[in-house]
Amino acid sequence: METASLTGRRVARPSVRGRLPRASRPALVTAGAVAAAGLALIATHGLHDVAQTALNGVSFGAVVALGAVGLTLVYGILKLVNFAHGDFLTFGAYMAFVANVSLGLPIVLATVLAMAATAVLGLAFERTMWGPMRERGAGMLQLMLMSIGAAFVIRYTIQFFAGTEVRTLGVDRTSVVEVLGLRIGQTALIAGATGIVVVAAIGLLLRLAALGKRMRAVSDNLSLAETTGVDTRRVIVATWLFAGAAAGLAGVLFAATANVKPELGFELLLPIFAAVVLGGVGHAFGALVAGLLLGVATEWSTLVIPSQWKLTIGFVILIVVLIVRPQGIFGQGRAT
Amino acid sequence: MSGPLAIALGGLTEVGFWSGVGVLAGIYTLLALGLQINVGFTGILNFGQAGFMAIGAYAMAILVIDFRVPFLLAVLGAIAVAVAFAMVIGMSSLRLRADYFSIATLAAAEAVRMFAQNAQGVTGGNQGLYGFDRAWADASRQIQDWLSAIGIGDANGLLPLLLVVWLVALVAIVALRFLQRSPWGRVLRAIREDEDAARSLGKNALRFRLQSLAIAATLGALSGVFLALNLSFVNPQAFEPQASFIGFAVLILGGLASYGGVAFGAIIMWTLLEATRFVDLPLSDTQIASLRFVLVGALLIGLMAFRPQGVFGKRQEMVLGD
Repeated sequence: METASLTGRRVARPSVRGRLPRASRPALVTAGAVAAAGLALIATHGLHDVAQTALNGVSFGAVVALGAVGLTLVYGILKLVNFAHGDFLTFGAYMAFVANVSLGLPIVLATVLAMAATAVLGLAFERTMWGPMRERGAGMLQLMLMSIGAAFVIRYTIQFFAGTEVRTLGVDRTSVVEVLGLRIGQTALIAGATGIVVVAAIGLLLRLAALGKRMRAVSDNLSLAETTGVDTRRVIVATWLFAGAAAGLAGVLFAATANVKPELGFELLLPIFAAVVLGGVGHAFGALVAGLLLGVATEWSTLVIPSQWKLTIGFVILIVVLIVRPQGIFGQGRAT
Repeated sequence: MSGPLAIALGGLTEVGFWSGVGVLAGIYTLLALGLQINVGFTGILNFGQAGFMAIGAYAMAILVIDFRVPFLLAVLGAIAVAVAFAMVIGMSSLRLRADYFSIATLAAAEAVRMFAQNAQGVTGGNQGLYGFDRAWADASRQIQDWLSAIGIGDANGLLPLLLVVWLVALVAIVALRFLQRSPWGRVLRAIREDEDAARSLGKNALRFRLQSLAIAATLGALSGVFLALNLSFVNPQAFEPQASFIGFAVLILGGLASYGGVAFGAIIMWTLLEATRFVDLPLSDTQIASLRFVLVGALLIGLMAFRPQGVFGKRQEMVLGD
């Protein structure tokens, strides 16, 4: 059945109607809604403003997508709702800050180190917590609350050592690039492009490489995958490495365009969850499309409502998606 | 507590310390009783209890300040607003799978906090709201007079609040226990154990879940009112989602499916958290505050790993294990 392959109880009721293929109908509806909103905004605010806010939105959305891709893989493959994922982003941002500002390393090297450190952090939690708990057959509530505990431990350990001061990475924050009359900060452009390329690459890798196939097998049924010869331990390790590295990178990119503070990841967690749900749990490409959509919708909203409200758009989208189509645009109860 | 923490135990003998702990424990008992009926007895994962707490505090303060409603009536109004909000969330999200519902409730609570932060005209924004507790200050003085008449001194003026919050908490515990033994309570458990079986007996699972959520919202709103009285102001920082998860730590510490355990968990939790003040190390306030949350996180991890049913909970009641 549509969504039955996830954790069982109280499965969201899929609303499959009409003759269109299951996956394409919601995607078409979404595309139509976005196009309609875009046209309406162009009519009222002019093409330039709409394009400019969309560009800002894509840059922000790419970072959200990068944060979402790790969460969606862990959620889909390991059935773990990891509320600590946002704090992985914070961890990555602070690692980059230490390498870049405290140790004076170049930003690219600092970013790579931060990704590696966050991947190791993810793996460390797998080894010490999630792996043993999975073997013991822990329930969903147990795992969720443990992930919240892990979130607290990561965030407040960082705050213990770094304090609550808001810091910035040593990146160029003033240069602006102009394309077709649209302006975007150089760092925001690099962050957005990096996010899109990396998430797309992860998506392609999972679709084409044998690893992706094994991940789908584990996602469908871990013990069955094991009996058919899939090395599930390697798949799990690979999942955490991808999730951690992507989260670390997302944290660094967000910190580069905004700032570094202990709540960085938690403030992004709900937009990231919105992207995961909207894209369909377990879908790397879904997370990309949903993240970009979310970013654009967030920035477009500033044309209509005061900008201090723009983050609430993420919640509205999350709630609406949960009500209308909880399995997301591309979700069919499949992971990846 | 073991380890390198040197604790100056002198503070632990002060009456003021214990009445402060007692008030917070009472407030979190109310908050976590709501979680208990949802998570422990109905099997719905409410991660947004801090949202109901915020609504209770803000609605009460706004009714008193802007509409000059008498205090007790304002508390009833605040409960009504929280329950209405719970109905909106419940009707839209309770049909969802448990993990999606938890995300939806967390998002709803964050939305409440963002509203509190951004709707400056109504909520005072980051400055918050003051001056809603005059009626309580009068009542508090009256209780203090009675107390001193029978020879009980009050070090920091918290005893009246302590008495009232625990009176309400005990009434709530007794009422919930009574409800739980009623046919209604048995239906809740039946839904938690096997929704299809309950439905086949003609029980409307959604309606019972909504009622359970409404009770949680009522208790959450009450805890918010008491938190507002304790702080004598309301602002968005007081209602961050952390409160929901301190509530979960309290819940698990006491044990799932045990109302009395909630009170026990709240007292232990706040004794631990407030005792961090006496940690005799050269740490800044931020570091102490951070340490408290590391402690909450470590406690959640440790309990879930080694004793998920809590101290008084029963293992067979942990049915969220699928």
